[in-house]
Amino acid sequence: MTEKQKNMASPQKKARGPIRHFQMPDTFGGKLYVWRFLIARRLVQIGVLILFIGTVHWGWTLFNQPVLSGNLSSSRFLGVIPLSDPFAVLQVIASRHWPFMDALIGAAIILLTYLLLGGRVFCSWACPVNMVTDLANWLREKLGMRSLFIVPPKTRYWGLLLALVLSFAIGVAAFEWVSPIAIMHRELIYGIGVGFIAVLGIFIFDLLIMARGWCGHICPLGAFWSIVGRTGQVRVAFDDASCTRCGDCVRACPEPLVLDFKEAAQHGMVRFGECTNCGKCIAICPENSLSFNLRACIRNNDSSSQSVHASQSESREEKL
Amino acid sequence: MSKPDRRQFLIRTAQMTGVAACVGAVWYPLVCSQAQASAHALRPPGALPEKDFMAQCLKCGQCVLACPYDTLKLSTVADVAPVGTPYFVARDIPCEMCVDVPCVPVCPSGALDRNFTDITKARMGLAVIDEETCLSWRGLRCEVCYRVCPVRDKAITLNLVHNDTTNHHARFEPVIHSEHCTGCGKCEKACPTEEAAVRVLWPQFVQGKLGEHYSPSSGEVFKTQDVGKGTDIAKELNPGDKNQAAPGVGYFNQSGGREGVIPGETP
Repeated sequence: MTEKQKNMASPQKKARGPIRHFQMPDTFGGKLYVWRFLIARRLVQIGVLILFIGTVHWGWTLFNQPVLSGNLSSSRFLGVIPLSDPFAVLQVIASRHWPFMDALIGAAIILLTYLLLGGRVFCSWACPVNMVTDLANWLREKLGMRSLFIVPPKTRYWGLLLALVLSFAIGVAAFEWVSPIAIMHRELIYGIGVGFIAVLGIFIFDLLIMARGWCGHICPLGAFWSIVGRTGQVRVAFDDASCTRCGDCVRACPEPLVLDFKEAAQHGMVRFGECTNCGKCIAICPENSLSFNLRACIRNNDSSSQSVHASQSESREEKL
Repeated sequence: MSKPDRRQFLIRTAQMTGVAACVGAVWYPLVCSQAQASAHALRPPGALPEKDFMAQCLKCGQCVLACPYDTLKLSTVADVAPVGTPYFVARDIPCEMCVDVPCVPVCPSGALDRNFTDITKARMGLAVIDEETCLSWRGLRCEVCYRVCPVRDKAITLNLVHNDTTNHHARFEPVIHSEHCTGCGKCEKACPTEEAAVRVLWPQFVQGKLGEHYSPSSGEVFKTQDVGKGTDIAKELNPGDKNQAAPGVGYFNQSGGREGVIPGETP
């Protein structure tokens, strides 16, 4: 086990279970404010889906062009701009086939977008499976269900590696052929069939077997976006001065291990690529110590007040 | 990295490799069994050879959206075609063979070949006739398949044969020619029998292949569409083209071959 993993493991183990310090406001407006990122994410997720469905079933057009035809694997915006899933294209290349230019350009556009936004923004803001796993997680917490077993969150990187190795060995894009994400999205757009069982499977898996099992531990696509996410410019900024280490953010976080106080204090932000920028921790922090910010801005703030933060975080770590 | 740390790291890696191998052992055959061809789930025109098609196709369904006749469908899990890939079943909705082939240029992955523009060059499938249930072969005047064929008189021809049962009628036997059949499936759709007597299937499920060493002999009926051999044989047997005479072709071949001769027909 590396030094980093050790540091990450300690606060995570302590901070499990229900939220303790955060008080949900009584007013509806206050609740809406707490749910602002959740609402925004659902709007984006459903909005993207509706754009696809509207183009297919209701013939939506803009400037006489179909708005968004295709699905998350590959699509065309306004009949011109190609968009493709870079991981799918990577698998096609791994299977020793060279995709047509449209797919390559489309993959480059999407890849660049998420290189700027942070890779796993896809996971919490666009992926339809996120709604399923979030629902499973919400229900699991309501019922107080405990995981049957848990695998290391790094398992997903093995899944990613396996997907590419199998693509090479079989000669077809291995993950695309079994991906529940692709199946769910396809069936929502082109008509629901037997494949929806895969979605049900993920729901049951996350609910009864492993907490945050699919999105947080296994999904190879999530692993791909985690690697891309390391360069993400939009980050969760961390204000060490106001943080009381109550641990509510860690309890709310769907991604095990990304919220590490020591790391966050040192860099002034959550640096790990696995962070999905879902905003749950920001909404729930009683001290408002967390916020979205650009990496460049955080770095500037950080360098001006680093000495103060460093000394404070040292003493806090000792207390913990 | 200290020694116990390294030891733990190696053990951990070995464990995870083991898990990956187990998962791979399930995943590998799962994909292989998924990526299986089905003889009557036909691919859109211009599709690459099946193996390449399944590798290239991103399963986005843009060809399905571009199809103006709802012919193309996107398969789901446990469907007649491999998951997520476009297909059509001729008996349901056949391909209308649009001249501008709208399904091909929208394909982002190249699974449908961009250089494909001439729809008559499409080889989505190949029609085969069940002579036992075909009404025309049984001596009735049906020939519906012949009438609906978009490449009539090339892909399907009618062969007039004496009807031995009545002794004063002709049978109009429809005959398929693989050289021109695009596999659009209009014949299968139109066939009036309860189960279509003409089926459009993938060519590789239907066609035989002559051996590489094969050379035609005397009195043999041949067709130019013989796979891979067609033009060569035509040249070999063409008396006007002496330069092309191949070893093993004797003088007795020189007037032997006749195009389109059907077994059973008396010349």
